[in-house]
Amino acid sequence: MPHTVKRVIEGGMYILPSLLLFSIFVFYPMIRTLYLSMHMTDFQGNPTTYVGFEHFVYLFEDRNFKESMKATFLFVIYTVPPTVIISLCLALLANEKLRGIQLFRTFFSSTLGMSVAASSVIWMFMYNPAVGVINKILIALGGEERQWLLNPDTALAAVAAATVWMNIGFAFLILLGGLQNIDSTLYESAEIIGMSRLYQLWRITLPLLSPTLFFVITVSLIHAFQTFGQIDILTKGGPMNTTTVLVYSIYREAFVNYNFGFASAQAIVLFFIVLIVTIVQFTFAERKVHYQ
Amino acid sequence: MSLLIKKISLYAILVICTIIMMFPIGYAFLISFLSGAELLQGKWWPTTWSIKNYVIAFEKVPLGRYLWNSFVVSFIVMVGQLVVSSLAAFAFVFLRFPGRDLLFFLTILTMLIPWEATVIPNYLTVQSFGWTNNYLGLTIPFFASAFGIFLLRQHFKTIPFELYESAQVSGMKHFRFFWYVVLPLSKTSLATLGVYSFLTTWNMYLWPLLVTNDESVRTVQIGLKQMQTQEMATEWGVVMAAVMIIILPTLILIFIGQKQLQKGLMQGAIK
Repeated sequence: MPHTVKRVIEGGMYILPSLLLFSIFVFYPMIRTLYLSMHMTDFQGNPTTYVGFEHFVYLFEDRNFKESMKATFLFVIYTVPPTVIISLCLALLANEKLRGIQLFRTFFSSTLGMSVAASSVIWMFMYNPAVGVINKILIALGGEERQWLLNPDTALAAVAAATVWMNIGFAFLILLGGLQNIDSTLYESAEIIGMSRLYQLWRITLPLLSPTLFFVITVSLIHAFQTFGQIDILTKGGPMNTTTVLVYSIYREAFVNYNFGFASAQAIVLFFIVLIVTIVQFTFAERKVHYQ
Repeated sequence: MSLLIKKISLYAILVICTIIMMFPIGYAFLISFLSGAELLQGKWWPTTWSIKNYVIAFEKVPLGRYLWNSFVVSFIVMVGQLVVSSLAAFAFVFLRFPGRDLLFFLTILTMLIPWEATVIPNYLTVQSFGWTNNYLGLTIPFFASAFGIFLLRQHFKTIPFELYESAQVSGMKHFRFFWYVVLPLSKTSLATLGVYSFLTTWNMYLWPLLVTNDESVRTVQIGLKQMQTQEMATEWGVVMAAVMIIILPTLILIFIGQKQLQKGLMQGAIK
């Protein structure tokens, strides 16, 4: 018995730092967020009165929140499919055995090293109505000057385009890794029996890549729901709330309006969205996806 | 012949994709050498390659200070994550004790909680610790990382368990085994986690925005935002010069560690 106690203490010592930090900065704040979401708070974030689920009831009546949810889901649709499809194409290209291919791989993954702030500032300039390159190209092609980030019809798509560019680096790198893990003898056999390249892609590559692909889609989805930096720099949630995605809404409610209780309720919504995406991944991935 | 055509067309597609992907970075690079007047004339190719904008960038905002802060914060988080994650991963792989599986389950659980969903209480906590405007508040919350623990655990599992058993037989203490056997055998995974944590911390945005409000610890990303808000219409060249300075360290990291990073991210993520 004392031996077991000794082992628990020793093992615990190794895990203690993580456990302590997770408790303070993950578990406690998650519970606290739930607690705050059921309270009115003062300017310091101290709960004042218990309101139960009133914040949540109000959320679903609030026009701003509806707009925010709409912006969030549109943003996800605008960013995730293009990111995954473009990255997949680039990864297939970069998986070819050619001299100097490593250089191209490095180029394609370079946006992984670009910060959201730096990328957003570059795109802000590219979208600049007067001197930005996008309007210049458009005018050269006979189009009209546009206020990309100030027009409610284009702002969210403009931010999404910048985001797709930022996220390609990561998705590309993971997908390329997945492609490289596929046993090359499979392709050799396919060549021997005369399978066309397109058919190989459909029958070998995509099925065997599916776990990786699924992982990339899940991470991209979760990542898209957590978007903040590019919104803060490019549009500040405007014009007319069309780019106020969920995390930006939480930020504004909590740290601009000091409405911590209401903001916490929105944070709980974020938690459940991410939870659902993750659960779908776990259950769906086990059944539908082909593992090697 | 057709093979040659195929090769050439592949290269052509690769080059076109590279140009499109790298365009924003190349464009920012060119703009960083243009003066405000040149920009207004609609120029995009610099006539003189003067580093004036780069000098001004350092004068306009305390860019040197911000760079230093970012470097310090990223470095501390990197070291912290390596220490904390490797200790936990070691226990999860090599030590057998009651409650271990529960602790591992708790670690998995943290992956279900998005950082942004906990940001409000975390901000209040850090404020109550007096850690705002302080390196402590920017670093310590990020020391524990489920991703880091997973990644190292994956690698530690490839170390033959017989090695551990014989170390036990010869009476080697656990920590000595960890320090002299496990860590040296895991250099590549440690390097991957190191690069990854440095990169993500360097690029962090929301948290430093919340917990810094003067230049003493403000990171370079927030400095850039501040600069862009102040300079707006006139001095885009200077802003782009700052952008180039900020992305240089992480781009170099990517160029050196791309292969390694790819392997490591796959290990931590998929298996």
